Amino acid sequence: METTVTQLQMIPLVYYIIFCTALFTIGVVGVLVKRNALAIFMSVELMLNSANLLLAAFSAYRNDSSGQVFVFFIMVVAAAEIAIGLALLVVVYRSSRTIDINILNRLKW
Amino acid sequence: MVMESSPFMQSISFLLLLFPLLGFLAIGLSQKQINKKLSGIIASSFVFLNLILTFILFWYVSTTNQTVETNLFDWIKFANISIPFAITVDRLSALMLLVVNGVGFLIHVYSIGYMKNDEGVSRFFSYMNLFIFFMLILVLSSNYLMLFIGWEGVGLCSYLLIGFWYKDHANNNAAKKAFIMNRIGDLGFLIGIFMMFHTFGTLNISEVATKASVMPSGSTALLIITLGLFAGAIGKSAQIPLFTWLPDAMAGPTPVSALIHAATMVTAGVYLVARSSVLFVLSPVTMNLILVIGIFTALISGLIAIYQNDIKKILAYSTVSQLGFMFMALGLGSFSGAMFHLTTHAFFKALLFLAAGSVIHALNQEQDIRKMGGLRKKIPFTFALFAIGAIAISGIPPFAGFFSKEMILSVAYEHGMGMGIIATFISLLTTVYMFRLLFVAFYKPESDAVKANHHIHESPKVMLIPMALLALLSMVAGFIQIPALFSTNVNAFSTYLSPIFFSAHQLVPASGQNLNVLTEWLTLLIPLTIIAALVYISYIRFAKDRLSAELSGIQKVMANKFYIDELYDFCFVKPTEKLSLFFRETVDQSVINRLINTIGNATLYIGGRIRLLQTGNVGFYLIIMVFSIIAILFFNLIR
Repeated sequence: METTVTQLQMIPLVYYIIFCTALFTIGVVGVLVKRNALAIFMSVELMLNSANLLLAAFSAYRNDSSGQVFVFFIMVVAAAEIAIGLALLVVVYRSSRTIDINILNRLKW
Repeated sequence: MVMESSPFMQSISFLLLLFPLLGFLAIGLSQKQINKKLSGIIASSFVFLNLILTFILFWYVSTTNQTVETNLFDWIKFANISIPFAITVDRLSALMLLVVNGVGFLIHVYSIGYMKNDEGVSRFFSYMNLFIFFMLILVLSSNYLMLFIGWEGVGLCSYLLIGFWYKDHANNNAAKKAFIMNRIGDLGFLIGIFMMFHTFGTLNISEVATKASVMPSGSTALLIITLGLFAGAIGKSAQIPLFTWLPDAMAGPTPVSALIHAATMVTAGVYLVARSSVLFVLSPVTMNLILVIGIFTALISGLIAIYQNDIKKILAYSTVSQLGFMFMALGLGSFSGAMFHLTTHAFFKALLFLAAGSVIHALNQEQDIRKMGGLRKKIPFTFALFAIGAIAISGIPPFAGFFSKEMILSVAYEHGMGMGIIATFISLLTTVYMFRLLFVAFYKPESDAVKANHHIHESPKVMLIPMALLALLSMVAGFIQIPALFSTNVNAFSTYLSPIFFSAHQLVPASGQNLNVLTEWLTLLIPLTIIAALVYISYIRFAKDRLSAELSGIQKVMANKFYIDELYDFCFVKPTEKLSLFFRETVDQSVINRLINTIGNATLYIGGRIRLLQTGNVGFYLIIMVFSIIAILFFNLIR
């Protein structure tokens, strides 16, 4: 364990930050450009996990384990969210035979 | 001043307030269930209990010269303000207690007979007891704020009882008129109280008097305070310019007119000025104003009374005139003279009203004296009692009115010969209108209405006995204070009240010069001669002939009450109505209503536009969300 942390700390923090930013941006762009609801979900997960990664990195650099605890919390919440989200998608698909969000514009005045 | 009063006397003074309140609650809450006869008996017996307590208290304060102070509870207490709910019985309030409870009790008993056939008799008696309660608060209060509560309370009862027969709209209007005109005066009273608190930091009556007595005469603060208090007195005691409500107040049942609008409530203004004597003597401007207003009120209402034809209206204007006379006495600095006249006036004016009520009762609600006549033979007891009242109020010796008027007149003559002649003239007016009333109603040949009415009957004993007692008082009450001309020893009344007005008289000693004995005899005898002449002339004119139908010039003006009601209508009522109409039609409709509608319409329109943003397209929502977040972060960054 000790060695893992030491090895992690050998990589400069700024690399993690740049990497996570890239991941997050990909997620945001994915959410915006994709029309498939499933792909949007995946992009959301990408954003969540970029944040997770950043938390874990800072945790390692500061020798403070609480950041990692948050990661676990976020994972649990994300899992719950996905479970509900996928269930909703299944229902939507059954009712309209599609999961294209541009077709689903019934949330209208 | 505050000394240990005996606990026994303290509890008595507390019971004074409790009994009428209990009576009001008992009768008022069980109006529907209670027997009509019973309610009158309950109300009268509570007032009778009060009368007994009053005698005890009166005996106590007049023999020991002590003041009974009872602190019931702390009413307003924060920061440096402390206003307790406390009652004070001193010689002045004991005198008022006697008047209120004594006359009040007799009128309650009379009302049992008078109101016998009225359907709202329980309501009537509950209001009457409530009135006694508030009047006692007014009289017993130890500070001005509590006095103000009593002041408003009697105004409320007056309103309720004037509009007692509420099915007739005119009565309701009269009640409203009385209440609103009183409110005008009460505003002045309130301002006076505020100013008093600002100046002295206390509202306790004796403390205010103590603190004021070291102030220089004629200071602005005292001027404002006394003007404010006097404005209240003007409203309550029906003086010019707020006197027109009292004649209209005769719309109420006659016992109410006797109790509230003749004997007790309307004299509250006189009581207030006498109570604050120290403040008033230190404000010469206000004293002169009181004098002038008193004279004009007495004069004008006396003149109006001569040409009225409604028996109660004549008595009402007579009351206004007598109150003006009392205020004139106050203005001359004769506080005990005013209080003496207040006391005797309570007796004979209550008697006159009750006798008038008896006439009205006998004639089946007829109030126009032109339709009376010849009643002397039909209802002899009422006639005798009414005549006693008329003689007493006209100031014919040896009845009470003579002594109290003489006390005021002698002060007026000491003040100056002109003042004395004015005062004498005012008191002579009384003779004219009272004897006109007496002769027209009782001596004149029977009118057709009386001839046609075969049901004219003498009133029952329950009405006659209280009147007889009042008549007795009207005859003998004067002998406690005999003019110095006859005997210098008999001045029980002014001796009794001297501790109350001691400090006031010490601050401003009476300035008048003493008259020589000859002048005094002349000022006494000449008016009496004129009175005799006036009585004879009225007899010739009114008892034999019919009333002259045509009134000319100035008579017409007097008969129409100097057109004062019309003047007020033109100056105040009509403009107020116009203003109200303007506000209703123009301001409310075109400005306020339009503004509110515009706001509503604008909201609807903007909402209609904005809801188009809700396209239902999820992608669009997401883009908005992302750009919003970026924008927020960006603003955080550059801030």
